[in-house]
Amino acid sequence: MNLFNKNKKQLSIFITAGYPMINSINEQLNLLEEHGVDFVEVGIPFSDPLADGPVIQESSSVAINNGMNLSILFEQLKDRNSTLPILLMGYLNPVLNFGITKFLKNCNALNITSVILPDLSLEIYERLYRKQFEAYGVYPSFLITPSTDETRVKRTADICKNSFVYLVSNNATTGGQKNIGEKQLLSYRQIKTICGKTPVFVGFGIQSKSDVEAVQSVVDGAIIGSSYLKKLARNEHEKYLSSICS
Amino acid sequence: MQLSNSKYTQPDDLGFFGEFGGAFVPELLRPNLTELEDSFNKFKNDPTFVKEYLELLNHYVGRPTPLYFSKKLSHKHECSVYLKREDLNHTGAHKINNAIGQLLIAKRMGKTQIVAETGAGQHGVATATACALMNIECIVFMGEKDIERQAPNVKRMEFLGAKIIPATSGSKTLKDATNEAIRYWINNPSSYYLIGSVVGPHPYPEMVALFQSVISKEIKTQLNKQTGKSIPTKVVACVGGGSNAAGAFFEFYEENVELIAVEASGHGLHSGKSAATSILGTPGVLHGSMTILMQDKHGQVTEPHSISAGLDYPGIGPLHAFSIDEGRTKSIPITDQEALIAAKELSRTEGIIPALESAHALAALEKINSSKDDIIIVNLSGRGDKDMETYLNDE
Repeated sequence: MNLFNKNKKQLSIFITAGYPMINSINEQLNLLEEHGVDFVEVGIPFSDPLADGPVIQESSSVAINNGMNLSILFEQLKDRNSTLPILLMGYLNPVLNFGITKFLKNCNALNITSVILPDLSLEIYERLYRKQFEAYGVYPSFLITPSTDETRVKRTADICKNSFVYLVSNNATTGGQKNIGEKQLLSYRQIKTICGKTPVFVGFGIQSKSDVEAVQSVVDGAIIGSSYLKKLARNEHEKYLSSICS
Repeated sequence: MQLSNSKYTQPDDLGFFGEFGGAFVPELLRPNLTELEDSFNKFKNDPTFVKEYLELLNHYVGRPTPLYFSKKLSHKHECSVYLKREDLNHTGAHKINNAIGQLLIAKRMGKTQIVAETGAGQHGVATATACALMNIECIVFMGEKDIERQAPNVKRMEFLGAKIIPATSGSKTLKDATNEAIRYWINNPSSYYLIGSVVGPHPYPEMVALFQSVISKEIKTQLNKQTGKSIPTKVVACVGGGSNAAGAFFEFYEENVELIAVEASGHGLHSGKSAATSILGTPGVLHGSMTILMQDKHGQVTEPHSISAGLDYPGIGPLHAFSIDEGRTKSIPITDQEALIAAKELSRTEGIIPALESAHALAALEKINSSKDDIIIVNLSGRGDKDMETYLNDE
């Protein structure tokens, strides 16, 4: 069963594990569930986050200084009360270092059915890791952009049929300022058509309720990361959630 | 260009040298890398491109650089020691070989802006120089800490017309300058990212190694002319990312030649302040490739130490990771102190002030068992002007 396939438009929030405090995660998950968020991406902090803008970089560096690592994260997730689906998002190196098999076993035991590893390409995944991931029931979600060609979009949608396609709003690192205009929405809609039954979520640079609604009008849902973490840093996140989820 | 038939310099279709290399990058960079790979594959065999490249190396860079027989070092080590004088290149190091090659590709791709990273500033200066020559805008990311430590090179780059952007994230050194340059490339896909070493995602390691291969091609010809022998017995080069070593080893991977990669062990191999990646590191992914990395037990990349700003990179080129792993290349660690002694020795006995990086390669001569029939080539990758302050402080 695909946890990310629902008969409604969805909203997902990205948080960094270990941010702002080492043990913030379960409190965060409960809060996000209360506000009606559909699923949560839990970021594994890394020292060199290539695809991330300043906000997520900063949250990663705070989390690493707080002592967050994969062993601690898995321990904390064992204690979660929230029933929200979660997936892990992070760069490959901490996962390789932890051990792929051990990582997948932990995901399996914690009912984590998907991960996003932005620096792992489809090609390398298929050559080196796919069999192992699927054996543990973990189905990564892969990134595409509006400029990805149709053949590759199809291939991505096929590999992601048990998770979702992560459509990057525009060709830029996380948290960039942009306006989602008619032109973008049209291309998202076309991509959704190509992806068929595989859910499609748009992330990177989603900030406001109107962004969320615009995106939801053409694909399955929206993902917010930097904007939420920015509010969290200022302790304005509950107010922000209320405005986004109302 | 004459291409490689060695598995150590020619990766597979996904860019792997054995289990190392590949392109571990976010999907956002895929179009940029595909465009680059297509262009590289097209031009590396294009006679007009090769002709223009070789002519610039000849008339602008000043190649071929001499292969100099060092009587003093030969006498001391009781074998034949030759120095490949990459320090005599325009801008004072081997970096320009690669900068010129990549800029010619960028120009043919119709790029109008170059972005580069730099640590000590040597690659930044080479890139700024080539950009000035070819009239292309140049942006160089440099760690905030390195900007302070390498002020003369910052001024050189600025005088050449480059714009320097401080990298203020992470440890504020080369590793972070590289992250920032890659992020800039993600956000500005029409720019050309000119990487300075045999690191990064495919096709960079293969491409940079090919542009540096001129070093070993010349060694072969020059050695033959001077001694009648076409190959040496040993080639020694320092390795940070490993571009000068890749160039010096390139022609010899499939020959009966011992290849010695010299790594900086800083205050001592197990002092906790070292950059001897191939000895202390473990496999991992950084800056787009699978390689050997200095990292903590949770997979966070750590900041290495070396007195030489060109050697304190936490990774190593994937082709070196592969050949060291296979036992084809041997690695020798050299401390800060050993490098300083070797630098002073060469300065006083041969009248050549080497770069601190190259001094590590020279110092390795003390640790290599040699016999009188040995012909050892040391790649003198750069000159020491930039390190004068360090040398004088050590006096």
